[in-house]
Amino acid sequence: MLSRFRFDRDRRATHTPRLFTLWILTLLALPMLALNPAAFAAASATRATEFKLANGMQVVVIPDARAPVITHMVWYRVGAADEQRGTSGIAHFLEHLMFKSTEKIAVGEFSKIVSRLGGQDNAFTGHDATAYFQRVSKDRLPRMMEMEADRMVNLRLDEKEVLTERDVILEERRSRVENNPSSLLSEQMDAALYLNHPYGVPVIGWYHEIQKLSRQDALTFYKHYYAPNNAILVVSGDVTGDEVKALAEATYGKIPSNPDVVTERHRPQDPPPLVPRRIELKDARAGNFSFHRDYLVPSYQTAKPGEAEALDLMMKIAGSGSTSRLYKKVVVEQKLASTVGGDYSGGGLDSGTLSLYAVAADGVALEKVEAAVDAVLADVAKSGVTQAELDRAKSGYLADYIYESDNQATLARRYGWNLAVGRTVADVENWPAAISKVTLDDIKAAAAQYIDLKRSVTGYLKPDTRGVAERTAPDASPAAATSVVR
Amino acid sequence: MKSIQGSVAAVRAGARIDNALRLTVRVAILALFLGVTLTRPASAMNIQTIKSPGGIEAWLVEEHGVPLMALRYAFVGGNSQDPAGKDGVANFLTAMMDEGAGDLKSEEFQERMEDISMRMSYDDSKDALYGSMETLTVNRDKAVELLRLSVQKPRFDTDAVDRIRQQLLANITYSDKDPEKVAMKTWYAKAFEGHPYARPSNGTAATIAGITHDDLAAFHKRTFAKSNLKIVAVGDITAAELGRMLDDVFGALPANADLLAVEKTMPVNVGTQSVVEMDVPQSVAVFGLGAMLRKDPDFMAGFVVNHILGGGGFSAKLMEEVREKRGLAYSVYTYLQPFQHASIVAGSVATKNESMAESLQIIRAELKKMADNGPSEADLKAAKDYLTGSYALRFDTNSKIATQLLGLLQDDFGPDYVETRNKQVEAITVDDAKRVAKRMLDSDGLIVTVVGKPVGLKAATPVPAGIPNRG
Repeated sequence: MLSRFRFDRDRRATHTPRLFTLWILTLLALPMLALNPAAFAAASATRATEFKLANGMQVVVIPDARAPVITHMVWYRVGAADEQRGTSGIAHFLEHLMFKSTEKIAVGEFSKIVSRLGGQDNAFTGHDATAYFQRVSKDRLPRMMEMEADRMVNLRLDEKEVLTERDVILEERRSRVENNPSSLLSEQMDAALYLNHPYGVPVIGWYHEIQKLSRQDALTFYKHYYAPNNAILVVSGDVTGDEVKALAEATYGKIPSNPDVVTERHRPQDPPPLVPRRIELKDARAGNFSFHRDYLVPSYQTAKPGEAEALDLMMKIAGSGSTSRLYKKVVVEQKLASTVGGDYSGGGLDSGTLSLYAVAADGVALEKVEAAVDAVLADVAKSGVTQAELDRAKSGYLADYIYESDNQATLARRYGWNLAVGRTVADVENWPAAISKVTLDDIKAAAAQYIDLKRSVTGYLKPDTRGVAERTAPDASPAAATSVVR
Repeated sequence: MKSIQGSVAAVRAGARIDNALRLTVRVAILALFLGVTLTRPASAMNIQTIKSPGGIEAWLVEEHGVPLMALRYAFVGGNSQDPAGKDGVANFLTAMMDEGAGDLKSEEFQERMEDISMRMSYDDSKDALYGSMETLTVNRDKAVELLRLSVQKPRFDTDAVDRIRQQLLANITYSDKDPEKVAMKTWYAKAFEGHPYARPSNGTAATIAGITHDDLAAFHKRTFAKSNLKIVAVGDITAAELGRMLDDVFGALPANADLLAVEKTMPVNVGTQSVVEMDVPQSVAVFGLGAMLRKDPDFMAGFVVNHILGGGGFSAKLMEEVREKRGLAYSVYTYLQPFQHASIVAGSVATKNESMAESLQIIRAELKKMADNGPSEADLKAAKDYLTGSYALRFDTNSKIATQLLGLLQDDFGPDYVETRNKQVEAITVDDAKRVAKRMLDSDGLIVTVVGKPVGLKAATPVPAGIPNRG
């Protein structure tokens, strides 16, 4: 996800190249607390209310009355993977421009008004969806809906404003990508992983294409995709479905639908993968030697029933945390890497990925690290996992969701994302049951089918030692580097 | 895996507030599933101050609709207690606290935590070492036992120490190539030269290589004590139960911490600008000044002035001038950060090498304008409206409540602060804001560090004569 504005001052820097790890799906609802896997099978209560406005806008309300606060989100079923070739970055660019002006809102005033009302706002863009949100006290909800509905169709763009914002986005790209070799490698790996699908193009866009994006590009994209019948309203917090319905009808409900938006989304799909791909990036700014691997696999939306859940559990057992197979073997026992991990990203509309990374221990060749990781994965594919591991992974997911769903904004995101990629409220709420059904055989079958190098890209990131030698004094410690200073 | 993420994570600027925010505890969701409705405006929150049978004090917010609890605690001291030559030992310790305790070695300890779905994490800042524990009520006794072992009897086994050392070293190597982190680290080294706040909280490759089991054990023994302990609990636990828990977990700790004296200080090297060359297309600058301590009567006015200048996102002057009007940066901001022994107002901007000089010039001009004229009546009103209106957003989950309260406790405020805070903001007048802006924003004294290849930007020594050193 790319956001319009950086919230956090200390942006997290991990060694993993994933810029936009999607939220793994869903939320679960539990009638009781027992943490055994059987609890997953227990009936899960419906939490969200769902309805449609006459103009086709979908609405989901997730009541949470713990504090008099609301999260208000509008999701559009359009993202970077829907862009026309040659205009990469336009979805994200438009997201920024949506904060400019309308007839009712002066230039740059949108966020200032939200702020004066004691609220916080932002927006983000992914390959499959774009979302706008505000967090405000309950009594400000009507005003937020009025403003969000206004900019759904009444955006005004001034040529100069557009060009200035394009410069901002080029700076955003420099911060996120050009300044960071891990991100550069990640982009290159994605471009290699997807032979034909637009997931291979970065959400933020290629630099040379962003440079040429125009006001007209933005408006064309906007006029086609931004319409109530291509949008989902998600409201979580201290509010009822009836209250939201009345407000939504009075605001979003007044906007005519756009018959040109096709609800079926067809993007170019990938052919069956035939050849493993390998990439090596040498960069003086890479501190460590690191190994990266992505596999193209189904997503929750494209998988056969139960398959995505099996991939989720398999990767938790293999690669999540210090009790995972990879960590125990490659870090603790073999001491070949200082860190190792992996996960499944299953939120995509058209496909998902299995991702792995490892940072080599001092002096260990990446080939050795790769072989060790492959051995662990091969063992999972050949022999499966144990019942104890599977039970623990299921319980772990249960607990994760209990703890992590504390946040109404997180709830809104889970429902919003799922609906934006074509899943349903029922899919979200039945996820625990689906997880509970996964068997040892399912895990083994999923591993055997998808841990296949033909589906993969392997990336090595290596410090370019010659580059470093040219650039700095013999002692390349940070202290020496800073001594360039006065 | 704390050691992978936790310690890579921070631009350990020592940002205490940031650190506290990162200690996310997530608690209350079960209420939703259980059909329990809890309405809890910030003003209605019942904060109890309790004392255990053994005399340990804590704040408690009970919430029995939710069969979960969160415990947050701080040992005052933090990485400014790292002994000379052992930079990074506090941070190292935080990464070792779930790596085995009592008779349980690392793997067994972590598997037991997983078996009961307990969450435990530690983090360090300049002034405190933070701990966080979350558990389901049904597993509370088991969680308390693991927490007790961790707090009282961490093992520091050689194999675990060496493994974590590798991770910390890899993190340092990584951070040393990250322009933003290098800019921040260099800024602290300049601004607090000669003071413990100058030291890199993650240590250096050399110090981390030299830290032993004994160093970790000694740091633990010195800083984990009852005299410097602050505790907040939120969730499904009564005062009596919490009292027993506190005695179990913390009761056997030494009465008094053995802390090194840390002097009150102000930034030095004022008016300097340094450039660290790094071959990147975009330079990152960190800039800052000394500011008022948390208990200074002008603190809140300073907080509001910072909000108007650079803390308020798209409403802030710097965002308007640098990003919105000129497209020079994606990110530009300031913050007011009161540490225990010093305070700063600092910020950062990232822009292509060719634009750094211009961006810094604009930032200096905005600082000067704010110092000379103060904010307008309208700016002040907008800032107050946001700050008072959004205060409730800080209390909409149990985890946020715990974070907020621990911060107040650490700053020696009473529970009534939550009630009076908005009134303090409201009370600030334009004259207050003008006076405090002038006091705080001495643009000539700005300490600037830039990392990258900024065009036309030179390292500069202090402005000669006449500028008093604020240290």
